[in-house]
Amino acid sequence: MRSATPVIETSGLTRYFGSKKAVDGVTMSVPRGSVFAFLGRNGSGKTTTIRMILGLTESTRGSSRVLGEDSQGLPPETRARIGYMSESHSLYEWMTVRESGEYQSRFYPRWNEKIFQAVAGHFQLDANTKAGKLSRGERAGLSLAITLAPEPELLILDDPAIGLDPVARRALLESMVYVTRGANRTIFFSSHLLDDVERVADHIGILDRSVLRACCSIEKFQASIRQFSLHYSNSAGRPPSVPALRGLLHVRRAEKNIRLTIALPDAATMTSLQALGATSIEEVPLSLGDAITGYLGDRGEQGSFFENTELESARSMA
Amino acid sequence: MPITISILTGSNVSIYRQIIDQVCAAAFAGRIPDDEPLPSVRALAEELLINPNTVSRAYCELAREGILESRPGKGMFISKRRQIYSKTERKRRIDQSVTSLVTEGLMLGFTAEEIVGLVASKTKELGGSR
Repeated sequence: MRSATPVIETSGLTRYFGSKKAVDGVTMSVPRGSVFAFLGRNGSGKTTTIRMILGLTESTRGSSRVLGEDSQGLPPETRARIGYMSESHSLYEWMTVRESGEYQSRFYPRWNEKIFQAVAGHFQLDANTKAGKLSRGERAGLSLAITLAPEPELLILDDPAIGLDPVARRALLESMVYVTRGANRTIFFSSHLLDDVERVADHIGILDRSVLRACCSIEKFQASIRQFSLHYSNSAGRPPSVPALRGLLHVRRAEKNIRLTIALPDAATMTSLQALGATSIEEVPLSLGDAITGYLGDRGEQGSFFENTELESARSMA
Repeated sequence: MPITISILTGSNVSIYRQIIDQVCAAAFAGRIPDDEPLPSVRALAEELLINPNTVSRAYCELAREGILESRPGKGMFISKRRQIYSKTERKRRIDQSVTSLVTEGLMLGFTAEEIVGLVASKTKELGGSR
């Protein structure tokens, strides 16, 4: 099977900045041909992880491979197969849109001018505007056009939607869906926009305070995070306090109702729920956004509920 | 366009499920002509701005359920012989009802045997002995 070799594979990837752990033992694998959304709150270590994968930041511990090569010391040929768009969109401010394209094209033997033009067109860029005069959304467009024109096998976008207006965001999504036309093209992107993630991603990885807490397909994730509503009628009295349940992510209490969000509930979980003396128990369907927010939400407990299932199986597949 | 599919994000129904539901609804309402193909996977993905794998999985599921059929080289068409509800859909619906029935029964303090007994006698009463 072609998809058997992951495009990105990290093992125990860790990075300290001084005494602060920015990335803590991240072990993940990104399947070839997937659109992988890398999620987490600000400061959770996404950019540092991306930079280690690209070999731009050294790891303190652990290893990372991309397109089959060690991230530290990627040969130029492999690097040329990766398109990377950083958060900052570094552009030469004095060059026009056209000049930026012409300049970049010299570095890539496979530069596809049609793609450059099409993406620039999506973002309605004027070829004669200097990069320094572009708006935030237009800068993202030029940056994306430059990143996509060499037709990279692996596209890594670090928060590409940040600061984009709705029109530019749509152009970004159009460009991402367009990329998936190519067979076996992989997109790895970080984002906070869960609606966009729901549209285009098929796999997600979730970083929480520098630890990877989930890494699986979206369906698997959605099937694993469930919410139950426990209702208490007048005769049942006030809802009791909720005991520690395995996988309990979130509790929302109202006068006659408790809503529990639970990761990977099993038969034992259901028995515990039934012991809470509710008049009725109902499962409430969750949107992907709710499931992700629920998973990332604050609670005392740390640790990944997916650790033993997803990560292990990903590793044994490799 | 024989059928217009539109999706909502942020809903508690996944995009995959929304596509399946809309194709089913259009098929059962007779709004899809037999001789017109559905939009291709790529066309629908680009129109809706979603991952093509999602469209492809939804079409596969619809084909497995017997609602769509693939005609090689021509695309996906509405299937000529189709059940009102597919096997999977029937299973999903009964599961839903059974879950709520059993939960309710247990909540009200009935034992498993009593619930099974009640289901059996009601099935007999409603003529399910066929």
